[in-house]
Amino acid sequence: MIEVRLFAGLRQGREKIYHWEKGSICNVQDIMDRLGIQRKEVNILLINGFHQKPETEVRDGDIVSLFPAVGGG
Amino acid sequence: MEPRYVRNLPALTEEECRRLARKRVLVVGCGGLGGHIIDQLARIGIGALRVADGDVFEATNLNRQLLSQVPLLGTSKAKAAADHLARVNPELPVDAVEAFMTEENVRSLIHGCDLVLDALDNIPSRKRLSRACAEAGIPYVYGAIQGWVAQAGISLPGDGLLERLFPEEIEITDKSVLSFTPALCAAMQVSLGVKLLVGRPVETGTVFYFDLLHQEYEQIPLA
Repeated sequence: MIEVRLFAGLRQGREKIYHWEKGSICNVQDIMDRLGIQRKEVNILLINGFHQKPETEVRDGDIVSLFPAVGGG
Repeated sequence: MEPRYVRNLPALTEEECRRLARKRVLVVGCGGLGGHIIDQLARIGIGALRVADGDVFEATNLNRQLLSQVPLLGTSKAKAAADHLARVNPELPVDAVEAFMTEENVRSLIHGCDLVLDALDNIPSRKRLSRACAEAGIPYVYGAIQGWVAQAGISLPGDGLLERLFPEEIEITDKSVLSFTPALCAAMQVSLGVKLLVGRPVETGTVFYFDLLHQEYEQIPLA
């Protein structure tokens, strides 16, 4: 099982948390593809609390957290 | 202790207040974040301020920018910051630079400062400022806002916080910011900066992420 947590604006039109069987999910990019989230929308991507890249492999039991980019001032 | 700083005590010690009074801080941007940051730094007793912004106020600023007022529409944000600071504390030395930060002037802007606070409104400029601070060995306090969300954190020279935060091109289409979001982010940035300047323990290389819509707070180690 993989837990996917979405934060702030990434929840719009989506759930806050997903629990998915690992199945064919290899990396975080696969999760973003399944959710229809583009790479340029995300600037913090954590696996089990550690910052990773979209290509990073996901393992059974992992918690993946995605935060949207924030840039205004 | 001057009466204006008495209510700093005992949250800050007298020695910490004296330390703050010896520090010069640069704030880049006098808009949403910058207005609140400048006000808070002046009131807590920072020694000297340099503020920079080449922009002028427009009507769309009025929903959130502390320094914006109807009579000031079309006038310089840096000048408004200097005027505001003169009313808050006429004895505070203020160097107001009415110019945008560029690759050409960033080194002279940060020169001689003990700390730099980012109150910019775009990611490429933030990365430029962060790089210049790292090269000059000056701590940099990041802050960014959007809608209901605020992010803040301290980057020490060489920790690469901004590079990790924005490794590639990021597209931000939502330009909304609500009135309270810059106030919260500025408070976080100034409190982090004050702790650093007075020598209190403070988390660096970490992004503090506030979502006011869902009442959530995350502390994310990145560097």
